[in-house]
Amino acid sequence: MQEEFKGKNQLDVEQLTKEKYKYGFTTDVETDIIEKGLNEDVIRIISAKNEEPDWLLDFRLKAYRHWLTLEVPTWAHLRIPAIDYQGLSYYADPRAKKDGPTSLDEVDPELLKTFNKLGIPLEEQMALSGIAVDAVMDSVSVKTTFKDTLLEKGIIFCSFSDAVKDHPDLVRKYMGSVVGYRDNFYATLNSAVFSDGSFVYIPKGVRCPMALSTYFRINAINTGQFERTLIVAEDDSYVSYLEGCTAPSRDENQLHAAIVEIIVNKNAEVKYSTVQNWYPGDENGKGGVYNFVTKRGLCKGDNSKLSWTQVETGSAITWKYPSCILRGDDSQAEFYSVAVTNNYQQADTGTKMIHLGKNTKSTIISKGISAGRSENSYRGLVKVSANADGARNYSQCDSLLMGDKCGAHTFPYMDIHNDTAVVEHEATTSKISEDQLFYCNQRGISTEEAVGLIVNGYAKEVINKLPMEFAVEAQKLLSISLEGSVG
Amino acid sequence: MLKIKDLHATINGKEILKGINLEVKPGEIHAIMGPNGSGKSTLSNVLVGHPAYVVTKGSVSFKEKDLFAFSPEDRSKEGIFLSFQYPVEIPGVSMVNFMRSAINEHRKYNGLEPLSASAFLKLMREKRSIVDLDVKLANRSVNEGFSGGEKKRNEIFQMAMLQPTLSILDETDSGLDIDALRVVAEGVNKLKSPTNSTIVITHYQRLLDYIKPDVVHVLYNGRIVKTAGPELALELEERGYDWIKAELGE
Amino acid sequence: MGAEKQYIDLFAQSEELINVHSAPLLNEQRSEAMRHFAKMGFPDKKSERYRYTDVEQLFAPDYGLNLKQLDVDANPYEAFKCDVPNMSTALYFIVNDSFYETNKVSAELPEGVLVGGLKDIAEKHPEILKKYYAQLADVSKDPVTAFNTAFAQDGFCIYVPKGVVLDKAIQLVSILRSTIDLIVNRRILIILEENAQARLLVCDHTTGTAQFLSTQVVEVFAADNAKLELYEIEETSRTNTRISNMYIHQAQNSSVHVNGMTLTNGTTRNTVDVQLVGRGAEVSLAGIAIEDTNQHVDNHTYINHKTTDCTSRELYKYVLNDFSTGAFTGRVVVSPGAQRTLSQQTNNNLCLSKNAKMYAQPQLEIYADDVKCGHGATTGQLDEAALFYMQQRGISQKEARMLLMFAFVNEVIDTISMEELKERLHYLIEKRFRGELNKCGSCSNCKLE
Repeated sequence: MQEEFKGKNQLDVEQLTKEKYKYGFTTDVETDIIEKGLNEDVIRIISAKNEEPDWLLDFRLKAYRHWLTLEVPTWAHLRIPAIDYQGLSYYADPRAKKDGPTSLDEVDPELLKTFNKLGIPLEEQMALSGIAVDAVMDSVSVKTTFKDTLLEKGIIFCSFSDAVKDHPDLVRKYMGSVVGYRDNFYATLNSAVFSDGSFVYIPKGVRCPMALSTYFRINAINTGQFERTLIVAEDDSYVSYLEGCTAPSRDENQLHAAIVEIIVNKNAEVKYSTVQNWYPGDENGKGGVYNFVTKRGLCKGDNSKLSWTQVETGSAITWKYPSCILRGDDSQAEFYSVAVTNNYQQADTGTKMIHLGKNTKSTIISKGISAGRSENSYRGLVKVSANADGARNYSQCDSLLMGDKCGAHTFPYMDIHNDTAVVEHEATTSKISEDQLFYCNQRGISTEEAVGLIVNGYAKEVINKLPMEFAVEAQKLLSISLEGSVG
Repeated sequence: MLKIKDLHATINGKEILKGINLEVKPGEIHAIMGPNGSGKSTLSNVLVGHPAYVVTKGSVSFKEKDLFAFSPEDRSKEGIFLSFQYPVEIPGVSMVNFMRSAINEHRKYNGLEPLSASAFLKLMREKRSIVDLDVKLANRSVNEGFSGGEKKRNEIFQMAMLQPTLSILDETDSGLDIDALRVVAEGVNKLKSPTNSTIVITHYQRLLDYIKPDVVHVLYNGRIVKTAGPELALELEERGYDWIKAELGE
Repeated sequence: MGAEKQYIDLFAQSEELINVHSAPLLNEQRSEAMRHFAKMGFPDKKSERYRYTDVEQLFAPDYGLNLKQLDVDANPYEAFKCDVPNMSTALYFIVNDSFYETNKVSAELPEGVLVGGLKDIAEKHPEILKKYYAQLADVSKDPVTAFNTAFAQDGFCIYVPKGVVLDKAIQLVSILRSTIDLIVNRRILIILEENAQARLLVCDHTTGTAQFLSTQVVEVFAADNAKLELYEIEETSRTNTRISNMYIHQAQNSSVHVNGMTLTNGTTRNTVDVQLVGRGAEVSLAGIAIEDTNQHVDNHTYINHKTTDCTSRELYKYVLNDFSTGAFTGRVVVSPGAQRTLSQQTNNNLCLSKNAKMYAQPQLEIYADDVKCGHGATTGQLDEAALFYMQQRGISQKEARMLLMFAFVNEVIDTISMEELKERLHYLIEKRFRGELNKCGSCSNCKLE
């Protein structure tokens, strides 16, 4: 009986692992791609294509020259195949060779279809969810919705390249102020070759009336995507920002090395939510996106608040540590993360909480779920500097294991340089209990459905932090990512 | 014994006590009653020198000495005992070690030799019986894993050990069922003498059925607004506090 | 690379001299060890394994080495009486890095048991020791182990044959005594065969004002059902540097308890590396670090669950004052297939001064799914509410702090099974908290100071 029961589940596994990546289609649009390879000329071309001012070109070149002196970091618990940086193209513009669209009518209908397939409404009348969207395909921002509505309140939400043209002073003031061009290998590479991204500016005292959202998609072959996001929240302002990512299924690996910088001023609050669903590669570990992202926010002003929430289900390799520098007194930071790895995926993700100001508080809740032959690591640093009196941190890192071929790891670092700090860290590891699964089965719930239920329950604390529209998507993604992982 | 004059105190910059005047003579039992947030617990905390409270004005003399000149531990050794509303748990510190340190510090203050181990244990045994404190509790860490009632009994047990001249019972009745309340109250009554005094801080009349006060005060909004005999407590029980507010024109 | 050169040169010049004053079994390993050492060099702060202790800098000063193993003019029996009252132990001494030979006969040891100087036992019983010596301490992985293997000439050895239970605990007092600054390299080898049991208490002491750098490599082999309790107490001086690498290999159902207590020291780095290779093996690691001035204690543990049904527990507590630094790394690996693993790790730290620093790094690497693993780490201060409560009962703030600190570390002392040792440690730790440093009260040495 027992044997039979097991056998049946095994069958399910096979069937379910064949579940294909839902977003793995490609789009046929004319794309302007520059030659493969990386050198100063390429950087000059990128800069010229974006019609950038000299200071920005200088910034890129400085970063490039510094990048040449850097070595690929190896400290993460990841096996990263050597990447041929000369074999990539550093710029792909799906808008073909003409100027960017000024209205929806001018956007390539294929592109619109792509984003509609992704469930991202670019047409304003369709945007019932009331979210302003900036859609970035390959290297270029293709359309930003609700731009004018926002502008009435003084909110700037546009592509990074537009921001460079229209708000050069703001960009120049803040770009690189949180993640400097010398920060790390991938951030430095991004600083040299970044193509586009989103820019958000919330003026003093303004609560952004709708969630702002960017959807990233890599479409073209052999391109890297290097976008930058810069969010500035002035005193007493508030914004909730959502980021979603997908990529088509390709056998080759695609590189994504992005930077997100956030500046939170006095009494301001920024919530940054990510649902990352880049193509994870197939069930044999072929293909998939390398997601090497540097995200960092500065709680600059007193009483400022920054919250990172991430649901990471995609990418072949994830290397990502959304961090907070708590400089303002009484500032607060949160990091809520669910990271799911299946098949041959690898994730090394976590956060850094750097306490500099007095009475600063940080909370870390990390839930890792490993299945298949994947490797899933939490890596986090909590640092309390000598002057950060009254700092508080609470960290909780839980790992859930599904199957005996995967790995779940926890690497927390706590550096405490202050005698008034209270820092607590807890970690647990467990597996999905056979009893829970059987109980569900007995009530008529299939194993895969039960896994979905249990995992969603496990991740609830984090999912609850997401805005409603995202939470639903995240829940579905969690179930899909893990289908077939329990036998 | 205790003279409080125009006492003002704040916590986190907020003024809670706004001019308290009170005199307690040897042998007297005073009840301080009042609605929530009137400043009852603040008063007891200020008297024992809790660091979170700042005295901004006024004076308190205890046995003709300036109370504020003493550290919290010296106030204890001078004979002020607070039965805490929420006794803290101290994991890893055994009741025996804790009590022995306290007893010997008190003795040293009074120029006495420390108690021998056997004399100390005998004293523990003797005083434990006053509140029926289980011997098992006496062997555990201070208050750790004690029920609400056990914690309050433990407070009265410590009071018996330290023999204070002024005992302040801060909401000792809260969280107690009627049996525990009787045990605690009987313990307090057994410890009563013509030379020591008690301040009973309570929200309700019921503790005062067991511990008969000589004087009842109503504390409201940081001031003592009414003082009378034991009949005041009964009146408050019957009519609540609203009529006092009405009398004050609020 | 800088500090290494003097040692590489010294080895090249003196290998023969080193060999003459040691045993062939130890000598066999030297050149290979030195080759690895020369290749690796001392770890600097970039090394993840030595992230919190700058070993290279510790070896940089000019130290002497007593390669001729000259006797130090001290009779430790006269100078030291760091015994545990009411506990009868078989007492042995190491002075600097040489085993101190005496006429005292260890008659009470059961048949077949070997306890004594490593050099001596290696000479007399190479057939027993060769299966073990330098077999766990991998010279290609750790530069300090390589260094120690190249230079160590003597040390201590315990061999307990099948089924023998040593009733009497063994106490090893290690004394550092010199007029010149000295590096000592000590080696301890503990072999417990099937069903054997032993308890060992190692006490580290220094005398005089010279600076010492001691390297220690301990290898422990616990065969099926063997049981070992190992206690290390460090009571050295501010000018002492200690680097200890302990390697433990555990077979089926073996049980090992290691408790390392750093009461006074200068700079200390203790590595414990445990390989659980037999089903049902159990290990428990515990430690206390009580630090002030600019003391530094870095405990680095690594437990590898290589097979099923093993259990590991860890409990480390630090009390940091003044400018002291504490570091704790606890890496637990559950290897593929190591199902039904239980692992729990706890690290609690009290940071009691503005300038004290604590680095905590618990790590879990798990490659099996049927496991129960967890760790908790906290860094904080004494409970203010508890302090006030005690003050209200008349206990001075100083005394109240003492009681709370004592309660804090007591949890580690409670893992000790020997009642007499527990009491002794209570006494020593209380003295330590009261600031009565480095005086055990019973040594003539302590009385003199």
